[in-house]
This record gives sequence, structure tokens and C-alpha cells, in this order.
Amino acid sequence: MATGIAVDVVMPQMGVSVSEGTIIRWLKAEGDPVRADEALLEISTDKVDTEVPCPADGVLGEFLVHEGETVPVGTVLATILPPGAQAPSPEPAVPELEPVAAVVPAPLPAEAPVAPAPVAEEPAEDGRTEGRAFVSPVVARIAGEHGVDVSRVPGTGRGGRVTKTDILAFLDARSGRGEEELPPQAAPLPPPAAAPAAPAVAGEVLEPLTVMRRAIAEHMIRSVQTSAHVTAVFEIDMSRVVSIREKLKREFDERHGVRLTYLSFIARALCDALAKWPWLNAEIRGDRVVTKSFVNLGIAVALEDGKGLIVPVIRNAEEKNLLGIARSIADLAERARSKKLLPDDVQGGTFTITNPGGFGAIAGTPIINQPQVAILDVEAIVKRPVVITDEHGGDAIAIRPIMNLCLSFDHRLVDGAYAAPFMRDLKINLETWDESSY
Amino acid sequence: MAVMTYIQAISAALREELRHDERVFLIGEDIGVFGGAFKVTRGLQEEFGEWRVIDAPLSEVAIVGGSIGAALVGMRPVCEMQFSDFVSVAWDQLVTVAAKQHYRAGTPVPMVVRLPSGGGFSGGPFHSQNPESSFAHVPGLKVVCPATPADAKGLLVTAIADPNPVLYFEHKHLYRRLKDEVPEGRYAVPFGQARRHREGTDVTVVTWGAMVHTAAEAAEAVAADGGPSVEILDLRTLVPWDRESVLRSVEKTSKLLVLHEDTRTGGFGAEIAATVAEEAFEHLDAPIKRIAAPDTPVPFSPPLEKRFIPQVEDVVRGLRDLVAY
Repeated sequence: MATGIAVDVVMPQMGVSVSEGTIIRWLKAEGDPVRADEALLEISTDKVDTEVPCPADGVLGEFLVHEGETVPVGTVLATILPPGAQAPSPEPAVPELEPVAAVVPAPLPAEAPVAPAPVAEEPAEDGRTEGRAFVSPVVARIAGEHGVDVSRVPGTGRGGRVTKTDILAFLDARSGRGEEELPPQAAPLPPPAAAPAAPAVAGEVLEPLTVMRRAIAEHMIRSVQTSAHVTAVFEIDMSRVVSIREKLKREFDERHGVRLTYLSFIARALCDALAKWPWLNAEIRGDRVVTKSFVNLGIAVALEDGKGLIVPVIRNAEEKNLLGIARSIADLAERARSKKLLPDDVQGGTFTITNPGGFGAIAGTPIINQPQVAILDVEAIVKRPVVITDEHGGDAIAIRPIMNLCLSFDHRLVDGAYAAPFMRDLKINLETWDESSY
Repeated sequence: MAVMTYIQAISAALREELRHDERVFLIGEDIGVFGGAFKVTRGLQEEFGEWRVIDAPLSEVAIVGGSIGAALVGMRPVCEMQFSDFVSVAWDQLVTVAAKQHYRAGTPVPMVVRLPSGGGFSGGPFHSQNPESSFAHVPGLKVVCPATPADAKGLLVTAIADPNPVLYFEHKHLYRRLKDEVPEGRYAVPFGQARRHREGTDVTVVTWGAMVHTAAEAAEAVAADGGPSVEILDLRTLVPWDRESVLRSVEKTSKLLVLHEDTRTGGFGAEIAATVAEEAFEHLDAPIKRIAAPDTPVPFSPPLEKRFIPQVEDVVRGLRDLVAY
């Protein structure tokens, strides 16, 4: 049987809760020679976008799932034929793809029986010829122990049922190829119910929502419905940070190869403030409040195509100095844009920073990243005339780099009288930045 | 080793035990002067005298009841039911007295009841039954069903030595049809250890008594066709029965056929099937199949009796069905 020597490429499980993925693009063409571990295609899940490595050396067979299609985890996307195998001849007429929005994860494809079922000596009295779907206890156990999707195993039993012999032969063939065992897969979740959509009229362009867009949409709505959002705005005089950054920038660049951004200063100062105000680094779990001795700091990163947003997390940010934080931010931003983030990189955040100031924004009311209770919006640093007290104790107008920080917090847990002094401390940390302690 | 028929092996065991242990005595209908309906005890009264090979009146309840009494006072009675069918007369003595005596009073009842059983010779409803399952259901009784001459001898020796009441079902159909090597002298075949009659990898057949040979013929027939490799386990004893061997074999083959000549409903095959379903569920690759006699009395008519008792063709069909599943 051909599947005995070919290797399937399946939609990988990119995190425990991920049930489906979308093919962004195939990086190889049907019939291309491929090598194990080279990037074969890019996929998008509601956690991350990533590349899928090729499972074996060989020739890439026919695409079973095409770009733009969304399929459940475990679905076979293509087959790697053994090296030297005949490439599939291009099909004369590829059937038109359905609009992606209409592609719902189908139940795992049930392969047709490879051979007609042997004619039973007696008429099947109990309709057991529907054998393909039936998985016997021993086959279920072996499949579970080895992480085999039974629907991928060619069946030779009654009605195409997979017998114990079939699955053992399948495992033998697989171990002969040294294929990695897949972890047991979670059952695919049912697709979200699609709202009845009106057709496009002239001048409108109808586009399917990406997996990531759908996930963001769902999360944002859920957050607004969950938390009582209040936003507080503080004005920070960044003069001291600006001058220190000017001083350190070159050293960071030359000695450490790291770009020192304002965000690194803010993140560092934030961690110190959070240590004093733990309810802002917390979550509401049922009827309890959970405070955390660590800060897993999420940094919202816009994807280059402008079609999504991802929040990689700096773990234990409270333990890092300015250099460590700067390095972590650079690393996560780079990996987010090159789609090299791992599922763990985007999980477990306890507080989030969003940074629209880069585009010139000066105020915002960000939505909390659940189940966190606060999010800090970092705005643009703008030179402004401000009233200061001169050395004689008199008022004077000076030009200062001013930045707004906007904190959205969950009023279910945090009152203004708690959030405001937190912001005050953050402001003090930045305005009186102590070079020696970082 | 001597080559003996199944019936000769039983006679040899009786003779040796009578010689070995003077507490042993035989009692039954026409077993003395006449040598028994099937001649199992022929010549024994001449050798051991009428007090050790006793012709009893036509009363199974007296034979079994008397044996229980003798066992209680330290004898080792081996009583014979002329046909196993007639043991129902002695049901009360066996089930109410013998099986419960040790539990109630702490006194052992070391006795053996020999039960010529099974059909295949148009004996009809009163001379062909296999009532082993009924007694296997009664705690306190042991149930033995030898399938070969060597086991017939070794299991009878063990039965006589056992301190419990033992029902020894000897299959009439095997008496003179089966001839095989039997070790010389006294030897015991332990209870509760199945015998692998045939080694195989694809299907396990669990059976006992005459059906072991039906299964073996069927296994040869499918093997000759290039069919599955069949493993046959001869349970030898139903109480106790060798669960471990059955479970190990099913773990290997993942398919089980239980075969017995007794009727289907409540037959001991149901106990085996239930045990495997409970303890080896995750090793099964097909439903457990039972082949047994239908739930009717045993017919006289030869063609009907053939339909009643599982035949080689029935087992072949069952094996093919399991393998094709």
C-alpha cells in the first residue's frame, strides 16, 4: 500500500487549545524534491503563525489542502512520496476552491476502503459492514498509545475496518521511516457558527476573516464583556530617560548588539511599580483574586501585513535589568515578524504593554488582554512647552519631551485610588530614573 | 509410555489409585460384576473385591449420599453416574450437602463423581448432555473435563487426591475414538492449568472435552486453506479455570472463539466471554464469538443431533468470520 512508504504532512498541534489551522502559503510546489526539516509551508493558527517543517526526504505530492483553507489539527495536508517517486502529474482542472469562509473543518476524511470488502459468506445480519468508522478496543488502545490517527490507517477488515494487524503494520512502516510520533490529538472543536452573511454589492469586497482575526475579534468582545474598563492618563516628563538613553544607546549597540528603546525603560520602570501594586499584576479567578510574584510582560506586536496583532511574552521580566529587557523585546519582536514564535511565547502573560506611540498617538483606551486586569498604552514622546519651576522657585516655560501613559484597568478589582498611585510611582520611576540601579 | 484409549486411561487411573490407597473405593450402578455400562471398571471388582468396587442400587441419591458419608469418615469414594444426565437426581446431595459441608462444618468431603457425558451417538435427551456448567456455578464443587488420555488419567489422580468434591466429566464420544500416549505409573495433572493444544497467533479458541478435537480439526482445515493461525486452549478444568492463560492468549491474538458442546445460554462459555470482556477489553479486535449447542434438548435423530452438536464446519465458519472481521 502506498501509504506504507509515503509520509503524511499533517496540520500540527500548535498548543493545547488549538484545534485548527489555516494554510497561508505553500513554500514548495507539488512535485518538488524536499528534504526533512526544511520549511514546507506557512500556517496560521489563532495563537501563532509559523512554518511547518518537512517530515521526511522525498518528493512533495499533491496538495490535499490549499492556501487559504482552514482545517482541523491532524488533517493530512499533503504526502511526501519516497525519493525518486514519480511526481504527480499536474491535474488538468483543479476544481475551483470554495470561498474560505464557507470551508468549515470537515470531519476527518474517511478514506474509501482500498479494496472492495470481501463478500461475506452469510449476509451481514447486523449491518456491521459500516466497519470503517468502527474502531475496535485493541485498535483504539494501540492508536492512543502511539498517537496514531486511525483514519489514516488503511483498513483491510470487514467494510474497510482497521484491524489490529493493519495498525501494527502501519506502526511498523512508520517506525521504519523514523517518523516522530505525534502526541494524541485533541478532538477538533466545532467551527464557530457563521452569522448569515449578506452578499457583496457593487463596490464592496468580500474577504474571509483570517483565523487570527477571528480569534482577536472573539477575544476583544469577550474582554469588553468581562472587565469594567476604566482608563487613567498620566503625563510623564521623559527628559531624564531621553538623556540617559542618548548616553547608553551606543554602548548597548556596540557592546551588546541591542537597540535600546524607550519601551525598555518603560518596561523596566513598570516592573518596579507592579512590585508595589500587585493587584495590577493579577487576575480574577472565579471568586478569588490571584496575585503573582512574577511579571510575564506581554508586548503587543503588530504584524507587518497590518492584518493582525500578536502578544509575545517576556517571562519573569521583573528579574531582568535594562539590558535583559531590551534584548528580550528585540528578540520577541524579530521572531513575531518572522513567524518563528513558539506557542509558549504567546501564553501566560500577566500584564500587557501596547505601544501605538510609534505612530504618533497621544492617548488611547486599550482593551485588557484577558485574564489580566490592566494594560498600559505607551504614547508618543512629544516636545511640549510645559510650566516648570526654575531654580529661583519661579514659574517658567520649558520645552520638555512629554509622553502620555494610558492605563486601562479592570474596575471590578482595581479602584481609581489604587490605579492612580501606581501610575504616580511609574511616573516617578521614569522621571527620576536612577542610572546606577539598572 | 503406553498408548491407551481415553477409556483405558481412566481405568488405569482407577486401578492405580485403588492399589495405591486403600481408602479409595468405587461405587455405582453395575460397575462390579458387569464392569460398568461402558466397561470402565471391568476387572476391578475381581482384583479389589466387592467392598472396594460396590454395585449400588439404582439410586443416584443413595450413591452420592453414601459417598459423602464415606468421605466424611475419611474414605476416598469415587462414584459413577451411569450417564451424567442422571446426576440431576443427586443434585440435592451434591449442591446442598457436599458443596457446603466444609463451609458449614469445616470437614472436608474428598470424593469424586465420575460423569460419562456428551453426545454424538444418537443417545437422545437423557443420555447425551453436558451438565458441567450447572455445577461450575455452585461454589464448593470442582469441575474437571479431560480431553486427552494422558489428562484423563492425570486429572483423575488429582481429583481423587483433592479434599473437595470433584465432578469428573468424561466424554463418552472420546472413550474409544481417542488413543494416545499415556505416561506409566501415578502422575497428577494439576487443576486450573489450561493446556495449549495448538499454538497460533490470529485467533484463540477456548474449549474443553471433546470439542478440543473438533476445534483442532477446524484449525487444520483453515490452515490448509492458508487461513488464520489458530491457537487452541484446552481448559481441562472449569473450576478452577485458567483465566490467566486465556487472557494472555487473547492479548496475543485479540480474537476469541469460545466453543462448547453444552447448550449456549448460561453455558460456561458465557463466563469466559464475560471475563475476557471485563479484563481484556482493550485487547479485543473483534466481538467474542460463542459456538455452542442451541437451547434445546439433545435430539435423537442423527441429522438433527449433528445440527445440535457443534461440528467442524461450524467452527471453520466461525474462525473465518472472526478473521474477516
